[in-house]
Amino acid sequence: MKKRILALVLLVCVLSAALTGCGGGSKEDSPENRKTANELNVGIAQDLDDSLDPHKAVAAGTKEVMFNVFEGLVKPTPEGDLVPAIAETYTISDDHLTYTFHLRQGVKFHNGDTVTAEDVKYSIQRCADATETGVLQVAAFSAVTKLETPDESTVVITLAEPANEFLSYLTCAVLPADYDRQDTAPVGTGPFRFVSRTAQDSIVLERFDDYWGTPAQLSKVTFKIIENADTIMMSLQSGAVDLFAHLTITQAEQLGEGFTVAEGTMNLVQAMYLNNGEKPFDDVRVRQALCYAVDKQGVIDQAFDGYGSPIGSSMYPAFAKYFDPSLTDYYSHDTARAKALLAEAGYPDGFSMTITVPSNYQPHIDTAQVIAQQLKDIGVTAELQLVEWGTWLSDVYAGRQFQSTVIGVDASNMTARALLERFTSTASNDFINYENAEYDALFAQAQASYDDAVQTAIYKQMERNLTENAANVYIQDMADLVAVRKGLEGVRFYPIYVLDLSALRYAG
Amino acid sequence: MKYAAKRLLTLILTMLVVSFLAFAAFSLISGNAAEIMLGTQATPERVAALEHELGLDRPLLVRYGAWLAGFFTGDLGVSYSYRQPVWELIGPKTAVTLWLSLLSFLLIVLVSIPLGVVCARYAGGALDGAHTAFNQFCMAVPSFFTGILLSWLFGIVLHWFTPGAFPGLARFGSAVKYLLFAAVAIAIPRIAMTVRMLRSTILSEMQKDYVRTAISRGNDRSGVLVRHVLKNALVPVVTFLAQTMAEIVAGSIVVEQVFGIPGLGRMLVVSIANRDYPVVQAIVVILAFWVVLSGTAADLINGRIDPRLRLGGET
Amino acid sequence: MKKNPYLTAGCLLAGLLAAMIVLGFFWTPYDPTAMSAEKFLSPSLRHLMGTDNFGRDIFSRVMEGAGTTLLIAVATVAIGLAGGILIGALTGYFGGLADEILMRLGDVLTAFPSILLALVIISLVGPGKTYNVVLSLGLVFIPSFARVTRTAYAAVREANYVKIAQLMGVPKARILLVHILPNTASTLLPAITIGFNNAVLAEASMSYLGIGVTPPDASLGYMLSEAQGMFTRAPWYALCTGLVIVLLVFGVGLIGEGLQRRSGEVI
Repeated sequence: MKKRILALVLLVCVLSAALTGCGGGSKEDSPENRKTANELNVGIAQDLDDSLDPHKAVAAGTKEVMFNVFEGLVKPTPEGDLVPAIAETYTISDDHLTYTFHLRQGVKFHNGDTVTAEDVKYSIQRCADATETGVLQVAAFSAVTKLETPDESTVVITLAEPANEFLSYLTCAVLPADYDRQDTAPVGTGPFRFVSRTAQDSIVLERFDDYWGTPAQLSKVTFKIIENADTIMMSLQSGAVDLFAHLTITQAEQLGEGFTVAEGTMNLVQAMYLNNGEKPFDDVRVRQALCYAVDKQGVIDQAFDGYGSPIGSSMYPAFAKYFDPSLTDYYSHDTARAKALLAEAGYPDGFSMTITVPSNYQPHIDTAQVIAQQLKDIGVTAELQLVEWGTWLSDVYAGRQFQSTVIGVDASNMTARALLERFTSTASNDFINYENAEYDALFAQAQASYDDAVQTAIYKQMERNLTENAANVYIQDMADLVAVRKGLEGVRFYPIYVLDLSALRYAG
Repeated sequence: MKYAAKRLLTLILTMLVVSFLAFAAFSLISGNAAEIMLGTQATPERVAALEHELGLDRPLLVRYGAWLAGFFTGDLGVSYSYRQPVWELIGPKTAVTLWLSLLSFLLIVLVSIPLGVVCARYAGGALDGAHTAFNQFCMAVPSFFTGILLSWLFGIVLHWFTPGAFPGLARFGSAVKYLLFAAVAIAIPRIAMTVRMLRSTILSEMQKDYVRTAISRGNDRSGVLVRHVLKNALVPVVTFLAQTMAEIVAGSIVVEQVFGIPGLGRMLVVSIANRDYPVVQAIVVILAFWVVLSGTAADLINGRIDPRLRLGGET
Repeated sequence: MKKNPYLTAGCLLAGLLAAMIVLGFFWTPYDPTAMSAEKFLSPSLRHLMGTDNFGRDIFSRVMEGAGTTLLIAVATVAIGLAGGILIGALTGYFGGLADEILMRLGDVLTAFPSILLALVIISLVGPGKTYNVVLSLGLVFIPSFARVTRTAYAAVREANYVKIAQLMGVPKARILLVHILPNTASTLLPAITIGFNNAVLAEASMSYLGIGVTPPDASLGYMLSEAQGMFTRAPWYALCTGLVIVLLVFGVGLIGEGLQRRSGEVI
């Protein structure tokens, strides 16, 4: 017995020695050490749990991160312009039908291969056909009649008819043609290259040293996935991460010393999206009643301490050209009117409804809670249903099995079309089942007109159509509060939902 | 040796049954797997094609056979959401959870056995009532609440570790330090239970004739306790600790969430919510094997401590 | 009967909390969901536990949340008990092959931690619904109750009063439920307290993980996960919520301890 106890004690000693001894050499992952190594930890609230292939990714959160890895022929700037990226120059024929791109010499993919015209052709073709499982079809590419590569570095695209916004769609990522592991090990041409993804834990990017343009400042960026809203604050305060975007005001206020909070706009259309194809929301009066019942400014004050810009349709203020401020107050808060509309629609005593919200987005949960409270005033009982992000994607967005949901919808590129096309009745991503013949006709008209002013006017009409038919209960474009550890600079805001890391650096 | 062989046979049988049940249950509900994967692009033809590609159109038993063969060769299928081989996803997480469990177990054993003996030695005293109440209190604190308090106190206030920044097993020393706080949160209620268990077993053992005789012969009371009683009292405790091993795994599911530890538990919870069945299935079976294994280990150890058990009498 | 401080203290503590919770079904100081501009007030006489990020009264919310938690725990124990007694009584009384098989199965099932089984079941029936939480936890608790009941029934199977009843031709169902069941109370009652506590803790854990009860059905577990995100701003939120769970489980645990001592099972 004694021997055995002795053996046990020895074992424990050996074990603990081994436990403490092994870790000696490596450095602690602290803000100071990261600064010395020129590395950065960024917290994100959402796991990149879909495909990493940029032609397949649906989630704004995935695109936001992978923005740093991929580029198209052209790319957006913080000011909202398009600048050549993989293309060095381009010319558009006088009839606006032929686009000729001259590729930049020696642009390298992260796997070392040089970008050729073939790769560009493959990438555009892939999105146009969408025959591969999971690839999302880019409707704008259906206008392409010819896609030619006269030499190694020239791509000529011919369209069936002029399309004003076509260039914006060429921000579509260019991928190597003969590479089939984009799903899990993506390869692009951006300033950062993908290193690894550990599910539920992190995504690691490293500076791509052969980048054609201004190289990134940081040598390595680790995205830490912190889905649990509860631990976000802790991760910042304890030094686990240096930057966290999309915080709530409650969170930002708790940070205290050591952080600067940069404020921009989220560039999302936050709304309570209503399933127009399902009772009781197939009745326009019910939808309008909800619009009258919900007090946007009240939501912004209660849940966001006043930070946020109210909106009235599927357009946010950053797209100044298309934004119609008169729609914002189309439905001014009016409980009596809401009740009357409900009674007219056959619900004098209100009804019960479910608001589905992804559980990893605290701002949307908060908004939904305030809305539910406001709807009580007109006798509508709204029950929240929190679902995991993946479930939201499959059930609500893809499956359209929901009554209502609070979410922010982003624009995949800098066009009004990116926000408005989804509500045409044939759009595959028309997840609210909006069907309006006039709207469809307007959209067709907008696509047919090449005159920018005319097109803009039509887009504004489409926005008005959405508002008048109360397609959704529009709330706001949320304020984007980005907590940045002091000593870091170079946070840039774009008119679309991305997190640009290339200009971030440690001061001094 | 026969005893061990018999135990091992039961072990294999139980594992087969458990894994089959888990497999069948998840197969029943994951019929729409192809639909989930295709999302918006689910047309009947595409679904049928993908089902064929994934082998979902084969009979259940055939699929189970293939899956089981895959389990031992490290091929657990592909995750629906990550489109990555399941083993690649959960392999590193298994290691993390294993270490967390081991740490918690070590803590429990190292603290509760001496504490249980001391409590039994001084049973009946004035402190006894307070101890029982304290024990009940420790069992009443949910481990995630302890976890919140620990990460706030040692993480935010004292800066002993950085909550939310699990360093990864590559940096082993820091990783263990990080896991230790989570292990404490898991261990506290289990220590309370083990102490209570050990104390009452020792006390009932002390009533037995051989102990009374030993003490009446003038042997030192504490000496008898450690030399004779403890050994006999250990049999139920070892069984109990095996159960504890299983409970630790359950505790880690919640505590990993509190501390942001990328282990099996967190993966399990998210995969359940995302209905990523290949992952859920794999984790459930791994955890089930873990539970069954620790039960068998307890039986084998008890067989060594008390040879009577090896004769196959009632346990 | 000897003085039993555990039972007294436990009843007092659990009774006090139960009174508060039951009161919460009918009346709370404020509407638990009413929002106001008074955000993050620290505890005061006006708001006993302060207010949260929406200016809601935390005390009212805790009363309501504890109610949800309590109801779930009671329903869970009821399902587990009903199923457990049924299976345990039949197998314990009749024995035989069915007994052997069911108990072996029970052995395997009880070896698994309840939360793990509950997670598996909830992943099968669908997460995020209160009744699914009750269902999955209830099912999980059946084997342990069955085992306790079986032992009790098997022990009295040969007892004289049972033999006499059998000779007198009393229907079997009557023997099982009227004659034997009351005599198993001394073993069943402590088991119920333990089951109740396990149910409270399991529900809290599941809701904390976000796959149990979700808003607006406030439950203590979910509230705690909410409170963790505001810990530096409003520590009282997490502390008060957590403390209510601890005290509830502690109180019922003391009752269980007291009951066990009374029946002389544990020294």
